[in-house]
Amino acid sequence: MIEIKDLHKSYTMGKSTLHVLKGINFSVAEGEMVAIMGSSGSGKSTLLNILGMLDVANEGTYNLDGKIIKDLDETKAAVYRNKFLGFVFQSFNLISYKTALENVMLPLYYQKIARKERQKSAQKYLEHVGLGPWATHQPNELSGGQKQRVAIARALVSEPKVLLADEPTGALDTKTSYELMDLLQKINDAGKTLLIVTHELDIANMCKRIVHLRDGIIVENKKVDQVKASQYVE
Amino acid sequence: MLTTLFDRDTWQEIFGSIQKNKLRTMVTVIGVLWGIFIYISLSGASKGLDNGFEREFEEVAINSLFVWAQNTSIPYDGFRTGRRMQLKLDDKAFLQKRIPELQYIAPRVARGAFGGSGSDVKHKGKSGSYAIFGDFPILVKIATKDIYNGGRFINQSDIDNQRKVCVIGERTQEELFEAKENPIGAFIEIDGMYFKVVGVHKFTPGGGFESDSDIFIPFTTFKVLYNTGDRVNWFAMAAYDDADVVAVEADIKAALRVKHRVHPDDERAFGSFNLGEVFNKVKGFSNGMYILSLIVGIATILAGVVGIGNILLISVRERTKELGIRRALGATPIEVRAQIIIESVFLTLIAGIVGIILGAFVLALLGYVFKDPLIPFVNPTVPIKFILGALVLMVGLGTLIGLIPAQRAVSIKPIDALREE
Repeated sequence: MIEIKDLHKSYTMGKSTLHVLKGINFSVAEGEMVAIMGSSGSGKSTLLNILGMLDVANEGTYNLDGKIIKDLDETKAAVYRNKFLGFVFQSFNLISYKTALENVMLPLYYQKIARKERQKSAQKYLEHVGLGPWATHQPNELSGGQKQRVAIARALVSEPKVLLADEPTGALDTKTSYELMDLLQKINDAGKTLLIVTHELDIANMCKRIVHLRDGIIVENKKVDQVKASQYVE
Repeated sequence: MLTTLFDRDTWQEIFGSIQKNKLRTMVTVIGVLWGIFIYISLSGASKGLDNGFEREFEEVAINSLFVWAQNTSIPYDGFRTGRRMQLKLDDKAFLQKRIPELQYIAPRVARGAFGGSGSDVKHKGKSGSYAIFGDFPILVKIATKDIYNGGRFINQSDIDNQRKVCVIGERTQEELFEAKENPIGAFIEIDGMYFKVVGVHKFTPGGGFESDSDIFIPFTTFKVLYNTGDRVNWFAMAAYDDADVVAVEADIKAALRVKHRVHPDDERAFGSFNLGEVFNKVKGFSNGMYILSLIVGIATILAGVVGIGNILLISVRERTKELGIRRALGATPIEVRAQIIIESVFLTLIAGIVGIILGAFVLALLGYVFKDPLIPFVNPTVPIKFILGALVLMVGLGTLIGLIPAQRAVSIKPIDALREE
């Protein structure tokens, strides 16, 4: 599904150059659930941003589901993001003046899907994450866990190939985190490919594989026995 | 783009962002609203003034002119300088023959009109001193006289028969007659001679140099009463509509100089005055007012639109993160740009329409307040094409100014936008 080869990324700040990714080789097969771990500054977020086409690499190739992602202009990147990728952010990034349902509908709006249809599939995905009755609520009326569920529904509604999550549990307490991981595991079990950036080991252990980054290179890439989050959720 | 314009979500986005900061949006809108309001009320008011002047000059032929005699200033043909000139009745025929541009010419004589003392007029124990004019019926072609119902102006038969009839001014009537008394058919005594009143003329506001405290009698009667012979005090004339009044004026004076044996360069021998020139000056003044109102209006609209652009820049800055989210979710730069521009145009348009309505209201109010016929202010309006023009201008400026914040919104990379906390 995802294949990257020899990926380099450096930022120039004034005269000094910060080499963040120093040759990353890594691939994700369809249906996998991969955790990208690393301390802050290890380059994990940069990697995710490049995978999410929010940022571009200096060197190396990126292949997403058979498509070479290269030299994208903003318009094309926007279309690809919309079609192939779903994003979940640490700070939820919901639009504050829109209801849960409208937030979920947004990616479909950019796909130019008719309003009725958008409403129908958004409602379906909201129910899928267990927030059917909360459709008309605005983000400030929802708890952190609920907000992140809305964000997940929004990421899924466009039926992307890969779901990219940047510290999805970073702003949640342990109990809510596990509930959320339970949801993500179920989504993965249904066949969706997931990539989760985290620095918490217990969260990483709930994935099927852990890729460990340190100072811009992969130091470890191992399959793990997935810990089912459902056992912590009653 | 067009589909975006009619999409419910587009408008939801715009209302969403407008509602997020109602006060700021309102203050911004007031900027443009004020601009168009100033434009509409100023240009409407100047149009009202223009119409008012038009009405004032309606009473008198715009291309009318007046010529009178003065003293010579250059010795000529054996005459010494300072010779007193006198216009005569036969100058009328002479001028009509020599100056083909003249449409009407009315010889006039008067007492008490320009400084001199008037005549004593009496009626049933009431008396007063009034200016007396000796006139021909043709005068009404040059300076309109509104005669009240039941009356008439001097006619040719009055002239031919030297009838002792008179037309009195409105104030003359008020002063000499009882309120309920019908002056038509009554007799008044002018310098010891009885005249029958045949008409009362209305006071014509702003008509310039005449009042309503006067009495008109036939020229021929005047001549006999005051023993003025063929002497004429001045000629009131009207040139044809397409004639150049200033040139005609010069021609008339040149012709008179020849006839009265005055040095061709003697500018002092005959005095003259033409309303056309005055009218053009007034016209120029109201045109100037109009251009001024246009410039002020457009400048104020411009300032308002710049205000909208400014506020949108701030709004874009505040919404950086939201725009980043949208772009992460698949909004293309064009869609982001369109949203900001539509917002700009929408605000401008709403402000414009409200401003036009308020301006129209103020103009209606002005029209009502200045109903007084003494004030030259009539029907203050702005042509619809000018209003549409202002709207188009505003939409154009709104689009242009919206481009700046829109470009700003697009230039922020989604990754930077999302990173911002």
